[in-house]
Amino acid sequence: MVETTESDVIKLQEQFKAEALTPGQLVRMRFARHKMAVLGLIVLLLLIIYSFGGAFFYTETEANFTDTKIRLSAPSAEHPFGTDTVGRDIMIRTIYGGQISILIGLSAVVVEVIVGVLIGAIAGYYGGWIDSLLMRFTEAMFNIPQLFLLLVMAKFFGGKVPNLNFLGREFSGSVVVIIVIIGITSWMYLARIVRANFLSLKEREFVLAAHTTGTSNASIIFQHILPNSIAPIVVSATLGVANAIISEAYISFLGLGVQPPTATWGNMLEGAYNYIETAPWLWIFPGSLIVLTVLSINFVGDGLRDALDPHALVDAG
Amino acid sequence: MEPILEVQNLEVKFHTLDGVVNAVNGVSYSVEAGKTLGIVGESGCGKSVSVLSIMRLIPDPPGKIAGGKILYLGNNLLEYDETSMEHIRGAAISMVFQDPMTSLNPVLTIGKQIGEAMMFHHGFTRDQAERRTIELLNLVGIPNPEQRIKEYPHQFSGGMRQRAMIAMALSCTPDILIADEPTTALDVTIQAQIVDLTRRLQDELGMAVIWITHDLGVIAELADRMVVMYAGYIVEEADVFQLYENPLHPYTLSLLKSLPRVDSSRAGERLATIPGFPPDGITVLPGCPLAPRCRFAVERCMQENPHLEQFVADHNVACWVDVTTGKER
Repeated sequence: MVETTESDVIKLQEQFKAEALTPGQLVRMRFARHKMAVLGLIVLLLLIIYSFGGAFFYTETEANFTDTKIRLSAPSAEHPFGTDTVGRDIMIRTIYGGQISILIGLSAVVVEVIVGVLIGAIAGYYGGWIDSLLMRFTEAMFNIPQLFLLLVMAKFFGGKVPNLNFLGREFSGSVVVIIVIIGITSWMYLARIVRANFLSLKEREFVLAAHTTGTSNASIIFQHILPNSIAPIVVSATLGVANAIISEAYISFLGLGVQPPTATWGNMLEGAYNYIETAPWLWIFPGSLIVLTVLSINFVGDGLRDALDPHALVDAG
Repeated sequence: MEPILEVQNLEVKFHTLDGVVNAVNGVSYSVEAGKTLGIVGESGCGKSVSVLSIMRLIPDPPGKIAGGKILYLGNNLLEYDETSMEHIRGAAISMVFQDPMTSLNPVLTIGKQIGEAMMFHHGFTRDQAERRTIELLNLVGIPNPEQRIKEYPHQFSGGMRQRAMIAMALSCTPDILIADEPTTALDVTIQAQIVDLTRRLQDELGMAVIWITHDLGVIAELADRMVVMYAGYIVEEADVFQLYENPLHPYTLSLLKSLPRVDSSRAGERLATIPGFPPDGITVLPGCPLAPRCRFAVERCMQENPHLEQFVADHNVACWVDVTTGKER
């Protein structure tokens, strides 16, 4: 009889054990089952390639080049999307405008996530009067209609921020203003989600266990509890990108957002309402790009919501 | 020998909506390096609360340490601020919990969770911590640790998780290990492994162990000294052999009687139970808290709460009745 110790047996079994799926693999598998989400992701990638790849073919000077002789010309071989009221090529402007719109969407969400997670996490973790104070503040922010807050802030801060250089491009200071004001007017919902998550997670035994090894509060908040609530944050942030793009579009549409000549999908719509019937290409192209982007992001968000839910079943087949 | 940890007259109260719960009422015990102190008692009798107070991890509010001292190497931990406590927790005193299923963070790898304390207390780099974690997992008998540190808690079985928890608790070689019912959630064979493991590690590392349990069978193998708690009071304290051979408190007697035995001559009989429930800690009766459930109770038990007194050498008991004769002392 061959002598085998218990640990030998375990080692032997370990060798034959199927490699377990990592959480990342599980998420990808569940996401892939969501057809619309995959489609949304593909469209989104195409849009990103369109606006960032297009920059290799056209310069920004071309996007801002005005030629009033050809103003309001319909789509043609030379100007596939037509030209606008001052004769700028709409296709090149949608390329550069897309960059700004997408960047605003992403950066505003970064601001939103930082503020929302900080406030939600601190309120939920510490509780007591800190929680009351932060949540009353959140509710106060909730009660001011976001549109008015955006417009007032855009008006107030507009023109006060100098232009800056980034990624080899000159950005109008108004871009930064828009990013910050969208960020700081949209974090409330996320803060509530994070707070609710922290309220339940902080009572879990692993938090107590982390305390017993001397882990500090900051480290428990950010390294132990936060990774557990990453799923709702990711979903909310994804949908936040879509909202930020829409917010930018409507402030710019009202003329208080990003200032021309810097193009965004939103400010390209500005003035287009005078030509709704006579020159529909003015709004069809930027408008559809906004709709397409927002719709795709929402599908991706939906897909992520299902994929990141640990209770969802995995059907590997 | 000087005790490494001494709890003196500890009082813990919880201020709840129903009233003030007196969870721990003037409890004193101590433990020496390399020795094991067993704390037994029913659920809700203040065992866990008293050890969480040592770690200063009573949820406050509603909990409050109302009095007493907790001396670690002569320093009163109750006077420490939060930052100083963070350096005590994990490095000097660490803890293993009852349910290994819930006391590991589900989204962090085992390696990260074990390594973290060493990076904090010893200033280890990630690589050093990882190497030490592999050693620790080997020490607690987890096969293939190089692979295992990259895995998540759900990939571990219950016994393995408890081993990982022990590895985490031992990572900074603490002077005192507090084990709060570490075997309750495990099945019997795994229980035995964890008990053996703890004893082996205690011999190797020379730490003091405070082992909380309601299972007198498990603790008999491990403990040097025993404390029996009831309703937030220590009712009996003795050397482990003394306690099992000559229990002097009716409560200890009942606990021992309610223990199932393999060699029982009473085969087929029902297991003895203690009638009623432990008191809720809010309504404080003048007498002994056990009196309503005690078959030895005399008139005096209803009126006066007995104090812990030494009747036999090195054996303290809080009871008005001598259980060997059944008469009032």
